[in-house]
Amino acid sequence: MIEIKNLTKKFGKAVSLNNVSVNFNKNDHIALMGANGAGKTTLIRLMLGYYHPNDGQVLINGLDPINNRIDVLKNISFVPQLPPPISLNLDDLLSYIEKSSDTKREDIFYYAKEMELDLQGNMNKSFFKLSGGMKQKLLIAISLAKKSDIMIFDEPTANLDPKARDNFYRLLKEIRTEKVMLFVTHRLDEVESLVNRQIYMDLGEIVSDEKI
Amino acid sequence: MKNLLLIAYLDLKESLRAKWFLIYSLVFGGLIALFFIAGITESQVMGFSGLSRLLLMYIQITIVILPIFILITTVRSISGDRDNHTLEYMLSFPISLSQYYWGKIIGRFVTVFLPVFLAMVIAVIFGAMKGAEVPWSLFLLYAGLLFALTSSFLGIAFLVSSIVRSSEMGLGVAFFVWIFLLSFLDIALISLMMQNRINDGVIIAIALINPMEVFRVAAISLFDPELTVMGPVAFYILDMMSQLKFVLFSILYPTVLGLLFAFIGYNIFRKKDLV
Repeated sequence: MIEIKNLTKKFGKAVSLNNVSVNFNKNDHIALMGANGAGKTTLIRLMLGYYHPNDGQVLINGLDPINNRIDVLKNISFVPQLPPPISLNLDDLLSYIEKSSDTKREDIFYYAKEMELDLQGNMNKSFFKLSGGMKQKLLIAISLAKKSDIMIFDEPTANLDPKARDNFYRLLKEIRTEKVMLFVTHRLDEVESLVNRQIYMDLGEIVSDEKI
Repeated sequence: MKNLLLIAYLDLKESLRAKWFLIYSLVFGGLIALFFIAGITESQVMGFSGLSRLLLMYIQITIVILPIFILITTVRSISGDRDNHTLEYMLSFPISLSQYYWGKIIGRFVTVFLPVFLAMVIAVIFGAMKGAEVPWSLFLLYAGLLFALTSSFLGIAFLVSSIVRSSEMGLGVAFFVWIFLLSFLDIALISLMMQNRINDGVIIAIALINPMEVFRVAAISLFDPELTVMGPVAFYILDMMSQLKFVLFSILYPTVLGLLFAFIGYNIFRKKDLV
């Protein structure tokens, strides 16, 4: 599903990713770990087609994410580490998601309800005015409703209380079959029950990659 | 196409809710109201009277404040979204970069053009209701000029927004572009002209590259070219070129210039790292 070959990304003279090669296949549920600056976020951003690599290649289902961004992103759900301060109200944000990615609004409502988030009462509110936990729950609900084959979560539980985390893990367990799930995390214990592979990165390289 | 219009619509809605848009609309609407309260349509100065005088004053003030309003509010459009990671999230959905970029431009164009244009329409309606004669040729020229000026500065703003890494830097560049086109260029050209080192025609040609100068000259091009308020550049140009040709140039050139800048901006946006 995801093929990364000899990938290098530099920012000026700083090498953020150094000749990384790795494959992620169906039913790989990966904990991607490493210290700050290890290259985890750079790797994710290259997979999403945000960065142009200096060398090497990323292929998502055989497609380059920069040249085929629409086809590639149809199959990817992404939850960032910190919810961005989107000024659209929820109604407009959901319209954007519905129309751009053919996600059904009722599915977003379904997963929001499962995450114990009241969407209906907040539809006219700007996204950035929601509490940190509510924003994160909504982004999770959207990512699940999108029904993608590849799901990327960058420390998704940072703003969630224990109950919401449990709901999130429960929902992930229900849908994880046949998918690639990539969790960027600093703590393996948080996603231990969900993953079957752990990758450690350091200084832009993969230093260990093992099945668990 | 569906996504292009969606982005344009969402950008428009977002702008309409923003405080800067309220201030922007109040400034231009307030100007017109102020002119009527001050009785400008009833007075006569240097041959200008009635609605013609009001529209001319409106356009003379607009030439100063419209470009800086467009630059400041638009330059953060992409760079601001990049700064606060909104771009990272919004572009994680299957939307093409061209739809995102051009959708933002269309949305922003409507947002910045409509208030200045509608303020002028309100002036005409109110003036007509008070019995003033409507100078239609002047109104149509000014509508075209506002469209052209908006296009050129929107193009410049999106180009800057695509290039800069942070919105603070974008604001600095925007302010420099504005002050450069508003006065530095004129001062430099006048000093060159006074030194008599360069042919006057070359200096006038350089002045005409500046869309603000084109706008300024075109705004008074329908009046008598003997008027002293025209200044040497306007006098020279209108002496050299027919009125019709210059009016067409003054609308087409800034519009094409804006499109050109916007295209360059798009190419940079597409080829650079997005976040």
